[in-house]
Amino acid sequence: MTIKRTTMALGIATALFAAGCGSDSKKSSGDALKEIGKGEGSLQIIAWAGYAEDGSTAPEYNWVGPFETQTGCQVDVKVGNTSDEMFQLMQAGGYDGVSASGDASVRLIDAGLVAPVNTALIKNYADLSPFLKDTSYNSSGGKNYGIPHGWGANYLMYDSAVVTPAPDSWGVVFDKSSPYKGKITAYDAPIYIADAALYLATAQPDLGIKDPYSLTQKQFDAAVALLKDQRSVIGEYWNNYALSQTAFEQGSIVLGTTWQIIANLASVNKATLKTVSPKEGSTGWSDTWMVASKAKHPNCMYMWMDYVTTPEVQAQIAYYFGEAPANPKACALITDDPTHCDVYKATDSAFASAIKFWATPRKKCLDGSGDNCVPFSDWIKAWTEIKG
Amino acid sequence: MTGPPGPVTIKRCVSRFLSARPRVRLAGLLTGPAVWLVALYLGSLIALFLTSFYQLNEDGTGINEKIGSTNYHELLDKTVYRDVALRTIGVAILVTVIDMCLALPIAFFIAKIARPRVRTLLITAVLVPLWGSYLVKAFAWRALLGSPGGVIDRTFGTSPGYGLPAVVIVLAYLWLPYMIVPIYAGLDRLPDSLLEASNDLGAGFWYTFRSVVVPMLLPAIVAGSVFTFSLSMGDYIAVELVGGPTQMIGSVVYDNFASNLPFAAAFATVPILVMIVYLLGIRRTGALDNL
Repeated sequence: MTIKRTTMALGIATALFAAGCGSDSKKSSGDALKEIGKGEGSLQIIAWAGYAEDGSTAPEYNWVGPFETQTGCQVDVKVGNTSDEMFQLMQAGGYDGVSASGDASVRLIDAGLVAPVNTALIKNYADLSPFLKDTSYNSSGGKNYGIPHGWGANYLMYDSAVVTPAPDSWGVVFDKSSPYKGKITAYDAPIYIADAALYLATAQPDLGIKDPYSLTQKQFDAAVALLKDQRSVIGEYWNNYALSQTAFEQGSIVLGTTWQIIANLASVNKATLKTVSPKEGSTGWSDTWMVASKAKHPNCMYMWMDYVTTPEVQAQIAYYFGEAPANPKACALITDDPTHCDVYKATDSAFASAIKFWATPRKKCLDGSGDNCVPFSDWIKAWTEIKG
Repeated sequence: MTGPPGPVTIKRCVSRFLSARPRVRLAGLLTGPAVWLVALYLGSLIALFLTSFYQLNEDGTGINEKIGSTNYHELLDKTVYRDVALRTIGVAILVTVIDMCLALPIAFFIAKIARPRVRTLLITAVLVPLWGSYLVKAFAWRALLGSPGGVIDRTFGTSPGYGLPAVVIVLAYLWLPYMIVPIYAGLDRLPDSLLEASNDLGAGFWYTFRSVVVPMLLPAIVAGSVFTFSLSMGDYIAVELVGGPTQMIGSVVYDNFASNLPFAAAFATVPILVMIVYLLGIRRTGALDNL
């Protein structure tokens, strides 16, 4: 009796586990949609906060509502906080699409979780900035896997009342005898190792780092060692933009990597906060709307991708979120801030090409330099060790 | 077949049916809770344990469902995980000791000194913070502790800032009611006459406290410590908000949950093991009867 009961419990547990936690890692190539059919009446998407606003945060920011009226697709938005979380949600399934940054998109393509996208079906695709198309993070094997959404660089923010002289190099955040010890911040994610590698590419040319996401073991170890030194001067790591904003505002942090949106919000309350694009260049993100390979509502997802790339909607999102829109036609429509596209250098392809957009490191080097690069699983483990 | 005769109703039929069959009665009572307990509660623990033997594939694109002990080797080989585990246990012990020292006099005052009306008021005051969201309270402490710029810093000119001391302070604040309530209950059951007898026999306050109050209260104190210790072991929000760059078991598990689920599962078994050892240790004190 007892044995039977235990077996049954185990059976139930295993079944639950298989249903809830098992991952379907089989690749399903999936074909791109041939034409957009009738909407399915529903759409489930994963998005960065601020990418799909329905007016619930602020009534004046609502572009989901008009989309629902136009297409009849009722939108459910799941906000993802990190690329890793978005990837995990997509793996769990049940979503039609995602606004993926480069460090999630490559993994999504590799895992077969997203389908190729027929860009001919997206009316606004032709208008999007050319330098965002056919990149290593949104296409693979000659196929497009998504529609560019918008992009931005990571900046170095500093409190000009405290940090003098004004920094022009990432070196100030990697100085283990920094006078700003305990008031320095860094982005809290394994992908931040690329920032250290980018700095080393200039600071230690002997290492021969060309692409911060394609690192040999030796280059990787050097970046990790640099970050372990940096740990002693860090006051706080951040991956929640609101927390980072308040830390800069109250002055517990005076120096460190940031996003333009944080700089915009924080400098309203503290005018001495400045940003600089350091001479070594920057990492950054370029986001892509992708369609799940098992999407239940692919037509609605295509309608959504078409909708979010229209100049009108691009203008609203770029202004609200604080990023460069993928569609330059949006620039003229940002009436609240006519200089928006200049601030974010939205049409500056030279600026964009100097940004090292987030990408998931793989064993087969992303820059094609070989197949001895340190894979992302090692980046994840190293990050916990760096923080100690 | 006793009892007053009456009309045959469905209710009556059911109750007659059940009264003759104790097993069916028991099944009706326990099926729901048992399904919840076995399938969801134990099921999730088993799922956690199984997952900890899988591995993340090399490029981080998915989980390799081959059973192996790689994650546990990693846990044992790398010093960082041992450091994090020891740090977490240290924080949990410190928080428990601090709460014990704070809760004893407070609970003693409420139970033995305060007048009944004040007593009700004080008990309410102790319990009220539990109605507020944990997250809100942790955020409030973030605003208090910031250095410079936090409320404490602006008022007193100095503040511990974000870091390990801040984690201990905030956790000790958050879990204090969980220590006060069992100790208060224990003191409430302690008859005043025992204290008076001790006094009559010439014992001073401290002697009475040491040789009468503490031995009788021990189970209640230990019961409170189970809460403060286990809640501290598992915390990941306070450490993210006020811990600065500090890592604890909870924050490492949280960080790895999305990026490396099998390893997160393996590390999550550590606090479970620690708690099992802790509970086995205190079983002898009889404190578990007080929970």
